[in-house]
Amino acid sequence: MQLTINGQIHNIDVEPNMPLLWAIREVVGLTGTKYGCGVAQCGACTVYMNGEPVRSCSIPVSAVGGMKITTVEALSKDNSHPVQKAWIALDVPQCGYCQSGQVMAAAALLKKIPKPTDADIDNAMTNVCRCGTYQKVRDGIHVASGQKKLEDVLAQYDASTKTRG
Amino acid sequence: MRNTMPQLRHVDKGRNMTTNTENTNMLASASRRDFIIKGSLAGGGLILGLGALPDLALAQSNSKYDQNTPMKAGEPEVNAWVSIKPDDTVAIRIARSEMGQGTRTGLAQMVSEELECNWKKVTTESPTPGQSLARKRAWGEHGTGGSRGIRISEDYVRRGAAAARIMLVQAAADTWNVSVSELKVDKGVITHIPTGRKLTYGQVAERASTLTPPDPKSITLKDPRTWKVAGQPYARIDTANKVNGTKIFGLDLQLPGMLCASVKSCPVFGGRLVSYDEAKVKNLRGVKGVVKINDSTVAVVADTWWRANTALNALPIVWDEGQAANVSQSDINKMLSDGLNEQGDFWQRKEGDALGAIAASNKKVESVYFTPYRAHFNMEPMNATVKITGDRVEAWVPTQNGEGSHAALSEATGIPLDKCEVYKLDAGTGLGRRGGTQDFVSYAAKVAQKYPGVPVKVIWSREEDLTHDYYHPIAMAKMTAGLDAAGNLTGMHIKVAGQSINATLAPMAIKNGKDERQLQGLYEKGPDAQLGYQFPSLLTEYVMKNTHVPVGPWRGVNTNQNGIFMECFMDECAKAANKDPLQFRQALMQNHPKHLGVLNAAAKKGNWGKPTAPGVHRGIAQFMGYASYSAAVAEVSVKGNIVTVERLVFALNSGHVVNPYLTREQIEGSVVMALGAIFNPEITVENGRIKQQNLDSYPLLKLSSTPRVEVVLVPTYDFWGGVGEPTICVVGPAVANAISAAIGRPVRNFPLYKENLSLA
Repeated sequence: MQLTINGQIHNIDVEPNMPLLWAIREVVGLTGTKYGCGVAQCGACTVYMNGEPVRSCSIPVSAVGGMKITTVEALSKDNSHPVQKAWIALDVPQCGYCQSGQVMAAAALLKKIPKPTDADIDNAMTNVCRCGTYQKVRDGIHVASGQKKLEDVLAQYDASTKTRG
Repeated sequence: MRNTMPQLRHVDKGRNMTTNTENTNMLASASRRDFIIKGSLAGGGLILGLGALPDLALAQSNSKYDQNTPMKAGEPEVNAWVSIKPDDTVAIRIARSEMGQGTRTGLAQMVSEELECNWKKVTTESPTPGQSLARKRAWGEHGTGGSRGIRISEDYVRRGAAAARIMLVQAAADTWNVSVSELKVDKGVITHIPTGRKLTYGQVAERASTLTPPDPKSITLKDPRTWKVAGQPYARIDTANKVNGTKIFGLDLQLPGMLCASVKSCPVFGGRLVSYDEAKVKNLRGVKGVVKINDSTVAVVADTWWRANTALNALPIVWDEGQAANVSQSDINKMLSDGLNEQGDFWQRKEGDALGAIAASNKKVESVYFTPYRAHFNMEPMNATVKITGDRVEAWVPTQNGEGSHAALSEATGIPLDKCEVYKLDAGTGLGRRGGTQDFVSYAAKVAQKYPGVPVKVIWSREEDLTHDYYHPIAMAKMTAGLDAAGNLTGMHIKVAGQSINATLAPMAIKNGKDERQLQGLYEKGPDAQLGYQFPSLLTEYVMKNTHVPVGPWRGVNTNQNGIFMECFMDECAKAANKDPLQFRQALMQNHPKHLGVLNAAAKKGNWGKPTAPGVHRGIAQFMGYASYSAAVAEVSVKGNIVTVERLVFALNSGHVVNPYLTREQIEGSVVMALGAIFNPEITVENGRIKQQNLDSYPLLKLSSTPRVEVVLVPTYDFWGGVGEPTICVVGPAVANAISAAIGRPVRNFPLYKENLSLA
């Protein structure tokens, strides 16, 4: 069986019902994509199939075929994607475990809707975060989409780029 | 041996718990021994394959440096807290666990502040529990729960950093043969004022390490009001690898030759494993074997976790479900409600004759409240990796208590502590589950014993994680108060019935049948969880009602339900007295100026007393936990049965604020956890087992339901309070009180679908 992940072809010999998530994590060895619930509810396992965000825990590898898989590791080479930049500048992640999925979902949203409204964000960002970073996720999308200035968002928290160390 | 072992249980700062005092004393004596300089490193325990994590995990992640890298044994250091490299890089040792709460950054800021080093050159590394043990607990407590990560270690950590600064400056003075009084230091550069000569910390670090450290008691710490690095909204130092998938969590470890295992315990707590049919799964692809972990738990081991878990689900297992197999939620609820008619632990807190005052009052107010079981649902499922080679044990653990994991490892394997080592991994949340209860470490150790020399990664499936938690304890309360003709409160009787965390985790903390921990937040005295009201008379009692369901600390612990009981009832009393909820509280808080201060700050920020938008109603609450004072004002609108939280305003007095930006993030996070807890379906018991197995039946709050949170920090700079947990306990009552104001009737049954309400 062949999987195309982040532009590389991987020949893997696995059971056809193995979920894509576990093929990515345990066979290919890319661990940025996380296991959270296994039932397509939490979004920690979000990857792109032909550019569309999907929950890889609930897709058997046999259903992937020749579709191109993109994982969080390939979002950028150097944390330069606008979502990653905003996430770092605002310290969106707390523990970080769900953030691979959050970042992938946010980047997919911006690709589809470059200037999302709050309602768009509500609809697209259904990923679960147990630290409760949602307010910062929303801020991060506003900054990444250029709809809010980083300084203005930081000012809401009595901070500025100059006071962030 | 037993006495020197770290506490396995979570130690909540309950004020009457002897164990806390012991820990504090241990800390105090440890801090006096902390100033161990290069050359006097204790031997033993330090050569247990250290470096395994940095080398392998960093290679795996393609990173050069991880903020969680274990300290290298024998590395040159100024003292236990600080190692400075010739290139002026400062490695700050962080003993507390990081699970998103930001303690690593806060501790590094405090060290940097006293050390006067260059923040841009700061790195962090983690002393391991084995290293700490070998150096007589040089780094003190590792446990990270009860919002203690900073407040309990700030003194010895800051003194350690200041001692290092004094030694570095002395080393420069010695180098130049001048008096230290002629020197100044700024950002790691020491200047001889008369001549302008300069030396960097990196240039004098080796010499400094040979000096006799100063007596920590002789050190004057900086006044936090003058802080320049601490106290600032600095960026987290460990964010970059959380946005690109390269951060290695316990679940992600890939060690050479590693096997994976999935575990299953008897669905009914207290039940036993009778038999399983290994033949049915042993030929499945990748399966290596089935391991009986204990009388009620079995594991399947395979080359990958998915194969292990798939085989485990296919494994025929016969359980003896035991006596609890017939218990249902209604049985438990009835036991609690019956408890409200029994006498509790008399008298936990008795001031005056509350019962008499209430009986003689002009008006009696009585309400019964219910709060449910809750699961932690840590985003990263429970896991641990253990490798046993000969008489040596290594473990890689996302843990809130490294020393607890260390002890569990030794206990499970029978191998002495000094032959065991734990590499702490940053946890994908902890929330109280990874501290006092180290079952996940024990299980991994038991499985690894069957595979000598092989690292075994044991991961719980989400279903196993949710059905074998140590749940937030279920509780009910009957609240009774008396009012005089003028609407003044004359007496308050608080009776709580519910499960005891100590009964599950620390029975020895229950003294003479009294378990005060369940009354957290209602204590007479501080500093941790003092009730903020001075009632003319007061009686508190706790009726212990234990079930077969294990309970444990869950972010905010018992302040969650007690905050709801007290603060929702205060609103009911205010309404019965025909008084404004804020003014009604204020009148009873004159002897508690700090409680009152945050209440007033929240009221001001939340425009209490000013008109609201049409259809919007406000609620207010204050409560104390973890030595910090919290208050909130909520604005909600209710359309039909749908509640929209329009605005949430918080005030927090944590005494000092080490990082205001990250403090605000903790408050934002506490809102999400608490709002989910008061609205979303709870954990229930059916046929003795936990009914909810995953997010489909136990949904968590999502972004679309999360209101914007506004925070006002009002530190008074005269105590050290926690940050991670304190605010969670005022979210529920503030929102519930706003809802009650909106719908014209009190809400008492949580979660609120029981009141026919749901969150937009």
